[in-house]
Amino acid sequence: MADIKTVATRAAFGAALVELGEKRNDFIVLDADLAAATQTGMFKKAFPERFYDCGIAEQNMVSIAAGVAATGKKVVCSSFAMFAAGRAFEQVRNSIGYPHLNVIIGATHAGISVGEDGATHQCNEDIALMRTIPGMTIINPADETEAKKAMYAAMDHDGPVYMRFGRLPVPVVFGDDYDFVIGKGVELKEGNDVTIVATGLMVNEALQAYELLKQEGISARVINIATIKPLDTEIILKAAKETGAIVTAEEHSIIGGLGSAVAECVAEEYPVPVVKLGVNDKFGHSGPAVKLLDEFGLRAVNIVEKAKKAISMKK
Amino acid sequence: MDATLKKSLQKTATQVRIGIIESIHSAKAGHPGGSLSCADILTYLYFAHMNIDPKDPKKSDRDRLVLSKGHAAPALYSVLANRGYFSTDLLLTLRKQGSILQGHPDMKYIPGVDMSSGSLGQGISCAVGMALSAKHFGESYKVYAVLGDGEIEEGQVWEAAMFAANKGLSNLTVFVDYNGLQIDGSIEEVNSAAPIDKKFDAFNWHTIIIDGHDFDQIEAALKEAEAIDKPVAIIAKTVKGKGVSYMENNVNWHGAAPNDELTAQALAELNEALKQLD
Repeated sequence: MADIKTVATRAAFGAALVELGEKRNDFIVLDADLAAATQTGMFKKAFPERFYDCGIAEQNMVSIAAGVAATGKKVVCSSFAMFAAGRAFEQVRNSIGYPHLNVIIGATHAGISVGEDGATHQCNEDIALMRTIPGMTIINPADETEAKKAMYAAMDHDGPVYMRFGRLPVPVVFGDDYDFVIGKGVELKEGNDVTIVATGLMVNEALQAYELLKQEGISARVINIATIKPLDTEIILKAAKETGAIVTAEEHSIIGGLGSAVAECVAEEYPVPVVKLGVNDKFGHSGPAVKLLDEFGLRAVNIVEKAKKAISMKK
Repeated sequence: MDATLKKSLQKTATQVRIGIIESIHSAKAGHPGGSLSCADILTYLYFAHMNIDPKDPKKSDRDRLVLSKGHAAPALYSVLANRGYFSTDLLLTLRKQGSILQGHPDMKYIPGVDMSSGSLGQGISCAVGMALSAKHFGESYKVYAVLGDGEIEEGQVWEAAMFAANKGLSNLTVFVDYNGLQIDGSIEEVNSAAPIDKKFDAFNWHTIIIDGHDFDQIEAALKEAEAIDKPVAIIAKTVKGKGVSYMENNVNWHGAAPNDELTAQALAELNEALKQLD
């Protein structure tokens, strides 16, 4: 396992901004005094004249981004998920969402894998908040490859995009040939007994769960949902029909995130058991990120357990 | 200022006020007090100052205006209609279901509205973003924002003020419609931001205090602003409800529509004012 390359998606975000900055000069980048952490610092270093630090004032930054976009220019604004989606929620809704402006919100340090900073900085609510904004696109990449490709797609997207990145280095699961399309889920493994629908760093866990289930003779389908909104309902409903049971896995509250989105879709169109794995309506706390993922049950073994539960609920 | 222009602006502002009263009466809701107080400022900007074209509302080099105190939408709509962005008949559809004239400005559907606004404190930041964009991309247009004196109790206003000065956004001019009243009472009673000029001074803005109903002073302030290498705050002392006797300086008209009888009285007063200007 030691030779598996790991990269934090926030680092891929920073690298993608630099690549995009080399290809086009029609956008600027804003941060709120966290450039070194969000990795917009990479862009700042490469293109200092195209980077603006708003200081510790996320609400102002978000509305400034809206103003820039209102003049017809592209803009990326970045902070931790807690502050971009949480503190500045109403600015995201009213300044960006309501006029449907072309702003990319680069939200890093999402989920409990923030680690030692503890609960005040571990945002497990951002997907839920962003999902309620009409017209908001939400992308939660699984690895470096997907994070970069998603940034390219977001830059050409018409409308606001909430990009969710993590602090913890995670295995690179996709090769350069991986094709990312906004709004499209990807079936990573074929299977007939149960479907694991995963997002973000849980995609790698889902792939491990697939192997564990296989050893027990259970055939699991694995679907990566990077775009949580708009949800690829086609791939979800197909899985519901063909496997009859679904497990969702996300590093986010079980309230309002991917699990809720999938459950809502399935309940309305083709009801099958949906068992959600996520942060179980709790605040996080300080600790090493990898140990917190163990403690909060965000591992392949936990997916396996939920998969068996989902299968047992089949009629 | 040229006497003919001044008289013409005074007439236009009175027409604008008529539009405010008629639209709010038709809507049976809205904010007449703060719309009437900023009517002269908006009239001057759209009729005598800004580089705009009602026939081409989205032309890329146009000056921009953000009505940060978005609840004064009836004033902006009446100015835009009188300026020719859309028919003045449309004003009577204010706030009605299916109308483009939303309760607060909506940039998606209303010709001439440069930014959606209404949630207080956000508009100035959006204006700052526009000014930043112009400066960064080397465009020469100017950006204006109109804030309420109650609105500046929002912390975001001061985040925006700090940033604008730090980034040297001299292409940004902000008016504070200093009418002294907010929903719950006088700004002194509620939570006064006074001294407003000293606060903007302290945030490294250039500050000018004027009578917000005097076109000579509005013109002079904007001329002064153009020569300043900083963002400029024009603190415009105004009368809430200006032009309608029973609304003037009366907080009860912050967010209430006049009934038929009071509307008739308001329109009679405004039409009389128009007659006096002839």
